[in-house]
Amino acid sequence: MVLRAESSRRVVVSVIILLVFAAIVGKLFYIQVIDSSYKFSAANNVLRYITQYPARGLIFDRHGVPLVSNKPIFDILMVKRQVKPFDTLEFATMLELTVDQVRSAFKQATKQKGYSPRKAVVLLKQISAENFARFQEVMYKYQGFEIQPRTVRSYNSPIAAHLLGYVGEVDERHIKNNPYYQQGDYIGISGIERSYEHVLRGKKGVKIFMVDVHNRIKGSYDQGKFDTMAVPGKNITTTIDANLQEYGERLMQNKIGSIVAIEPKTGEVLAMISSPTYDPNLLVGRQRAANFRALKQDSLKPIFNRSIMALYPPGSTFKVVNALIGLQEGVVTPETRYACHGGYTVGRGVACHSHPSPTNLIQSIQVSCNTYYCHVFRNIIDKKEFGSVENGFSAWKRHVESFGFGNKLNIDLPHELKGIVPSVSFYDKYYRKGGWSSLTIISLAIGQGELSVTPLQMANLAATIANKGYYIAPHVVKSIEGDTINSVFREKHITSIDSKYFDYIIEGMDLAVNGDPGSGSTARIAALPDIRICGKTGTAQNPHGKDHSVFFAFAPKDDPKIAISVYVENAGFGATWAAPIASLMIEKYLKNTISKPWLEKYIMDANLLDRRAKAK
Amino acid sequence: MQKRNNILRNLDWAATILYVVLVLMGWLNIYAAVYSDEHRNILDFSQRYGKQLVWIFFAFIMAIVILFSNDRIYPAFAYIFYGIILITLISTLLFGRVVNASKSWIPIGSFGLQPAEFAKIATALALAKLMSSYGFKLSGFWSYVKVGIVIGLPVGIIILQNDTGSALVFGSLVLVLYREGLPAWILSYLAFLVLVFILTLVYSTSVVIAFIFAVAVILFILYTRQYRDAFRVSIGALGIGLLLYILSEFFQLKLSNGLIFLIPVLVAAILGLLYAYKNRLKPVYVISLFLIATLGFSMSADYVFERVLDVHHQKRINDLLGIENDPLGWGYNVNQSKIAIGSGGLWGKGYLLGTQTKYNFVPEQSTDFIFCTVGEEWGFMGSLIVVMLIALFLLRLLKIAERQTEHFARIYGYGVVSILFLHAAVNVGMTIGLVPVIGIPLPFFSYGGSSLWAFTILVFILLRFDVSRYGAY
Repeated sequence: MVLRAESSRRVVVSVIILLVFAAIVGKLFYIQVIDSSYKFSAANNVLRYITQYPARGLIFDRHGVPLVSNKPIFDILMVKRQVKPFDTLEFATMLELTVDQVRSAFKQATKQKGYSPRKAVVLLKQISAENFARFQEVMYKYQGFEIQPRTVRSYNSPIAAHLLGYVGEVDERHIKNNPYYQQGDYIGISGIERSYEHVLRGKKGVKIFMVDVHNRIKGSYDQGKFDTMAVPGKNITTTIDANLQEYGERLMQNKIGSIVAIEPKTGEVLAMISSPTYDPNLLVGRQRAANFRALKQDSLKPIFNRSIMALYPPGSTFKVVNALIGLQEGVVTPETRYACHGGYTVGRGVACHSHPSPTNLIQSIQVSCNTYYCHVFRNIIDKKEFGSVENGFSAWKRHVESFGFGNKLNIDLPHELKGIVPSVSFYDKYYRKGGWSSLTIISLAIGQGELSVTPLQMANLAATIANKGYYIAPHVVKSIEGDTINSVFREKHITSIDSKYFDYIIEGMDLAVNGDPGSGSTARIAALPDIRICGKTGTAQNPHGKDHSVFFAFAPKDDPKIAISVYVENAGFGATWAAPIASLMIEKYLKNTISKPWLEKYIMDANLLDRRAKAK
Repeated sequence: MQKRNNILRNLDWAATILYVVLVLMGWLNIYAAVYSDEHRNILDFSQRYGKQLVWIFFAFIMAIVILFSNDRIYPAFAYIFYGIILITLISTLLFGRVVNASKSWIPIGSFGLQPAEFAKIATALALAKLMSSYGFKLSGFWSYVKVGIVIGLPVGIIILQNDTGSALVFGSLVLVLYREGLPAWILSYLAFLVLVFILTLVYSTSVVIAFIFAVAVILFILYTRQYRDAFRVSIGALGIGLLLYILSEFFQLKLSNGLIFLIPVLVAAILGLLYAYKNRLKPVYVISLFLIATLGFSMSADYVFERVLDVHHQKRINDLLGIENDPLGWGYNVNQSKIAIGSGGLWGKGYLLGTQTKYNFVPEQSTDFIFCTVGEEWGFMGSLIVVMLIALFLLRLLKIAERQTEHFARIYGYGVVSILFLHAAVNVGMTIGLVPVIGIPLPFFSYGGSSLWAFTILVFILLRFDVSRYGAY
């Protein structure tokens, strides 16, 4: 009996032992086989992903001249736990910083999101190669610092700032919308840098390292099986002629406005100048934020890309469009003549300057007669077949829009504006339904009133006329290394005007530049000895002060190679400033010599900024 | 010659081989735990795995020496060993070296010895000596006092050394007492008290009191089958409780919830006690006492927890029970340990391919947390094999203890099994978050000479007795 009791106690002890071990095995099974969260935690512990930043693609002009290249800079990272006390003054002087700057950088680094004293965090960004070289020599003295090589943009000559755009650190919104981006990545913010971001940025790589509890690298993970190489960005060749661009920027110095030059046959933008401009190097490196703020506060808005974002009235240049619509609608013929005695006197009336009278269609363009176009415009709107002013106006609007006005041309740059071509409903609202007629909106006849266009649209109009009825969407990128450009930049956009009518317009524009002295030609100043330029001046009235000086042209007449538009804000007559600038640009592009150095000097020396001030 | 042959023939080879396998596995895992590219050589004696090999070598020599020793010396000198150890413990307390806040090391040159490890052997021997002495029976007050003194003396000194973990190990000797006649209800009651202790920490006093009362009522029903009485007592207690609650609300007495629960239960227990005394009903008497004792324990549990235990013990227990969660602070060790073991998966990452242990995310990865290396590199399958080997070893030792004809040897054998069992269960349990973190080594696996030698001596004295179980050599 006693023996049995004792042996049963042995069984109880065995059962206790087995039960406890069963509980252990059960828990082991749970955490090792069922619960997978520990595997993630282990990876978090031990794996450190180091981003390999690719160099951005380079940007060249149409002849292969480099516009944008890269230069190395260095971010200094720190692992707070490993940082030992050091000589802050020496550290700061080496990096050309003040002690306070270094101290505040430390403070900021520890405040950033996801900060951990065990992890490497960015302490100082964009240390120049020269400063870094000095630091590297003595880096052994400073424990807990690491180096992250990066590249930033570098510009060989300070041109085409608006067109090229700039690069900056990616913001929260982008990080949220696109998983590719992480904090600290660079992204194109404007210009080509933005519109071709996906091409230029390349692809980030990652190296996976194993680290110990002190975050010291112990070796690559799984022999680098999961590492990826950074793929450098693709190089881009633009359509820009660096020489012409630079020349245009010099002509526009101390003036406000824009020049856009397009190769008519291809739609390639040869030059795109927005003035005033800025040195693109200002928006690179550690001073970027401060410089950007200064530029942003400048009252002349140097960051604003006037070529595609400024809305101007087209002025008299728009007469050629009305002429073409009139011909197409059959309400005017090349032989139609209207007399002009200082203006169109019906209704409120439209004044005109003195010129030989009467004029036929071609002469009306040559002398830029306002009266003539009041007649033409009213003939179109009030054409019997349309039945009503609304129908007539809608037909006119459709024609105008076929030239690319009132809509984006979809150039490969961000932030392009579409301009304004008013609609029937606009006037219905403005005047009330039935409360307006062709006479009410007569300003449209001479390119004033509710019309707004961008300099790019004006240049595109010149190209369309040079092509006798079609245009190819303007674009700034000619080719991408190992890639093709968007096929929309090869499609012809054909206007609603028959090709044959363009010949009369071209004759008129030829005469406007090359007419005999005393014949009333408005742009004789633009004429060149051995290049036949066809052009048309404009003097755009605007609410901001003195008229804008406008000119658009193409050349040579027989085989157009360049179409151009020039706007000089608040500068007065088109013939005074815009026309000579266009002429110099054309000659520079086609001949690369200047036959009228006095004119060049006169333009370059002119400072028209004060006119704006006076006008206010 | 004759003697040697008999020793080799009668040695329990199953236990011996299991011992050797466990020791070698431990060594391989120490190598893996501290492995680094700079020190690849497993025989590098500047590294822990190199040193452990030396400890293993000496352990084997000790094992052989013990096997060839005269087994009579152990009962004969049991009290003397015990006395020497007590003196050593006291002198350690006075002159020892402090490691990890415990003053439990005797420096010997560049090494250190932990006398507490050897105190386990001496105590097991002394307990065996006491309980196997002529006429000793584990019944009656004085027998418990004697046993209490033998176990309590080293425990007291070790607690003073601030080495609570080692002190806890002596608690396992309750299994020895159980085998030698300690009533089963005491073992059950002790287990119940542990449960009550945990409940007190997790739930409010009122819930714990209600729980204890419910258990008492159930016990009452099981013993007496008096359903009606059980119902009356419950209703009565409930009534008093409600009355107290109403009075408290009505007169704004602001009695705490605990008191409103405690008073009716206490009244029921005291009435039960008086009733049982008058009518000579033993079960009711016992249950009423149980109720009062447990209530007293639960009332003092909070006090013990907050006043007697160190902050770090409190934190570890709270962490385990999920009361406090602080994976980067108090919970760091266990959290990292679980990550290491959990990330091993079913098959493990492969030998020497563990990252969590090798790169020091797990603290103490070659000593107290050595099991993390097993779990991480050998996965669930490897862990299962190790745990099974240890269990097998314990059951084998249990079998050996049970087959001893001599009382001394059997009691000692149970001591060996109890001590090893507690070490293994608590150590592995803490690495996977089953038991609060208690710094005691995993037998044969954890790095360290003292513990390896102590466990080797512990086991081989038993095996030596086993060799001569059919008669003295």
